[in-house]
Amino acid sequence: MSEALKLTDLSKSFAVGKRLFGPPKAMVHAVQPLDLTVTTGETLGIVGESGCGKSTLAKMLVGLLPPTTGQIEIEGAVLDNADPARFGKRIQYVFQDPISSLNPRKTIRQIMEVPLRRLHHMDKATRAARIREIFAAVNLREEFLDRYPHEFSGGQAQRIGIARALAAQARILILDEPVSALDVSVQAQVLNLLADLKEAFGLTYLFISHDLAVVEAVSDRIAVLYFGAIVEVGSAREIFANARHPYTALLAASAPEVGRPIVAPETAATELPDPLSPPLGCAFNERCGFATDRCRAEKPALTTDETGRAFACFNPLATTR
Amino acid sequence: MRGFLTLLARNRLALVGLIVIGCVALLALITPLLPLANPNVIDTPNRFQPPFSAGAVLGTDHLGRDLLSRLLWGTRLSLAMGLAAAMIAATIGSAIGIIAGYYGGRTDNVIMRGVDMLMGFPYILLALAIVAALGPGLMNALIAVAAVNVPFFARNIRGITVGIAHKEFVDAARLSGMRNRDIILSEVLPNVLPVIVIAMSTTVGWMILETAGLSFLGLGSQPPQADLGSMLGEARSALITHPHTSIVPGAMILVIVMGINLLGDGVRDALDPRLKSGALSRPMPATTVDRHGPVPTARTDSLLDIVGLRTEFRVRDRVYKAVGGVDLHVEQGECLGIIGESGSGKSVTALSVMGLVASPPGVITGGAVHFDGTDLIGAPYEVLRALRGRRVAYIFQDPLATLHPLYKVGDQLIEAIQTHDPLSKEAARIRAIDLLKSVRIPNAESRIDSYPYEMSGGMRQRVGIAMALANDPDVIIADEPTTALDVTVQAQILSVLSDLRRERGLAIIFITHDFGVVGQLCDRVAVMYAGQIVEEGPTEAVLRNPHHPYTSRLIDCVPTLGGGQRKLAAIPGLPPVVDRLPVGCAFAERCDKADPTCRADAIALMPTGAGRKTRCLFPETKQERIV
Repeated sequence: MSEALKLTDLSKSFAVGKRLFGPPKAMVHAVQPLDLTVTTGETLGIVGESGCGKSTLAKMLVGLLPPTTGQIEIEGAVLDNADPARFGKRIQYVFQDPISSLNPRKTIRQIMEVPLRRLHHMDKATRAARIREIFAAVNLREEFLDRYPHEFSGGQAQRIGIARALAAQARILILDEPVSALDVSVQAQVLNLLADLKEAFGLTYLFISHDLAVVEAVSDRIAVLYFGAIVEVGSAREIFANARHPYTALLAASAPEVGRPIVAPETAATELPDPLSPPLGCAFNERCGFATDRCRAEKPALTTDETGRAFACFNPLATTR
Repeated sequence: MRGFLTLLARNRLALVGLIVIGCVALLALITPLLPLANPNVIDTPNRFQPPFSAGAVLGTDHLGRDLLSRLLWGTRLSLAMGLAAAMIAATIGSAIGIIAGYYGGRTDNVIMRGVDMLMGFPYILLALAIVAALGPGLMNALIAVAAVNVPFFARNIRGITVGIAHKEFVDAARLSGMRNRDIILSEVLPNVLPVIVIAMSTTVGWMILETAGLSFLGLGSQPPQADLGSMLGEARSALITHPHTSIVPGAMILVIVMGINLLGDGVRDALDPRLKSGALSRPMPATTVDRHGPVPTARTDSLLDIVGLRTEFRVRDRVYKAVGGVDLHVEQGECLGIIGESGSGKSVTALSVMGLVASPPGVITGGAVHFDGTDLIGAPYEVLRALRGRRVAYIFQDPLATLHPLYKVGDQLIEAIQTHDPLSKEAARIRAIDLLKSVRIPNAESRIDSYPYEMSGGMRQRVGIAMALANDPDVIIADEPTTALDVTVQAQILSVLSDLRRERGLAIIFITHDFGVVGQLCDRVAVMYAGQIVEEGPTEAVLRNPHHPYTSRLIDCVPTLGGGQRKLAAIPGLPPVVDRLPVGCAFAERCDKADPTCRADAIALMPTGAGRKTRCLFPETKQERIV
């Protein structure tokens, strides 16, 4: 199994309170140094709540944000400078809001032609043929090509966004909350389309979402992000059913489920820590029922156990098996 | 383009401006073809001829030159100068603005500080300084006027560009291999062009005045060439003795500038997207009611009984039937869930109860809302106002949008309490703290003095709930209150709502698209599709054993945790648009059981079991599903 994507020590910090001269007032570590590999043909789900750094991570992977430290290896080639045009042929991005990712003043054909012309230097006839092929693959009618983005529903616009990503012929797609703006009946259509495309074109997906059930339904492996760091990685089948990190367990217990009585899974009404004054030690210690003095002083590292599950916790939950 | 012209013509004054400017521009264009005297031929014996004298319709000036001819040639020059200055200023200013806004950071900082410095000088002084440096003359006056107006465009366009440069489609273009220059030209520019046109249309008049001003001072057009400013300047010495020499060019300047300004305002109004969407039209305090026929009576003695409610949106010649005959009732202490996709009419149903649908374009066209025995549809505003918040309260999706950003949350809570209850400020504050405690906000005594932006999404939604509880209402209508929140926070909010309902015996109407949430919180559920209820019944029965094919298919679409990697059962097609509803069942297009009888006639909501109703000719008869 070859590695489609390999991240080494990748991190991103933002300066807060920039000044014209001199250093900024503070730094916010949106993504803390992380290592992650995605094997070819796999779907890796990334799940986390707002503010956990999942969108920042995605933007770094496609070169829209330069990383602060670390490097990105795509299919063996190191790409550490942010030049979207160099990234474009190898890795593509599908946006969360399908309508706002399409320029309102361009027709769909104009939007679709850009990656073919810029990244692959195709002539007009080849472009038209290729667009026809892609549109057939995502179940869109060709007459849509001469319309403008505002004429489409969310689901159709998201198909167009996926078609544009396919046009670049990248073998890795970053899907950043691709269905969270869609209605449930349309969401299933798009998720199924993504599964079909993956099989047809041999794609590798990095699927980012806040919806645990959706991530579980599409992923092979899942990484759970909390406060800019990976807290647990494991197979989709296992990770929520048999969580080792208390945060993963909290997420799974919070997901609304028919028939389960409502009990607040946390007693204290706590939320994410303040990014400007991050807690010492484990970022989750204030919300965690198992926190010890060690958790408040020392940051746990991500370690892999014998079953292949990786988690960053000093007091992991017991396995049920 | 045609839409733009109709919008423009609707503004009468703009139309007048357009006609006036059209006539003046036409005259200026055909001036060389008209049988006019040479504007520069001096004929001193016939100086200061009054208007309507032989050979000179508007008279002659101090050198005996024909005023009509000079006026037309001068207008031609002034218009050309104004337009040229506007074009130059718009081009340079917009280019500066786009570059500053697009690149941001240090580039932006340096450019905009330079522009600020330019703006620091009084503009006429700056123009004089430029002309003084370059020397008098038409071209130099043009350069001065254009330069003075560059900052106006640069600042305006920069603001718009900053917004566009961070849009997702710009990122997408970059990923498609476009360079910065291509993105500016083909992605950003088309989106700022309308703003440039608006800014130009409102400044052309101003620039004509400025060029006339410089010519008046003798710094613009040089004798014998006529423009409106220099004509005024030359006539100044004879203002008292021969006023017609000043009045003729003065009146022309007045006509041109007024015409352009009226037209410019019209262009701005017609192009501004906010005005197009009707966002600036003020909604009425209660939804308009246009109800014909007898008022349906209450079918139950429930606390809230909605019968046959119909709400439409009338937008120009289209009618969107958002709610098409909804029957619902909720008892004291009961939680009713309304579930549906976007556009199914669930929010409009909820807002219609208290007449909160924005009017225009919303109109309630039928049905009744019986609350505690009285019909609220068409009730006087004072009656609705007394009930809103006091007995029926709302919780909305986005608390950041419903809380006022400039007031402390405590003050907003106190205001909500005092609206219906004449309490002193101190007593209201104590009550507000109690409310915050009841929604489990930690350190309520200090959090009461926070501003909304200082709170997280979950905390803001707790304040939203506290505000709804402020006057101890009987019914709370919660419109997707947890959709914008993270799952862990959603679980906290749901547990707060569930406890409050038990403690206070509240009736809750909970609107959502999430089956999991309904399944956990609600006693009964109504499923809406295309403005109608398609299925209603006890939550557990409906979710375990749905009767309507839509409910059944919708439940299959939603992945549930613990199911593992799998293919989902999608519903093909899209929901119908509510301004073109089909005759029969609205779901027939997407239903695999539909036959011609489904499309023939409207289908009634029929009882299909204990406490259950379904709007379907072929209800599902599947065995119990495993939930």
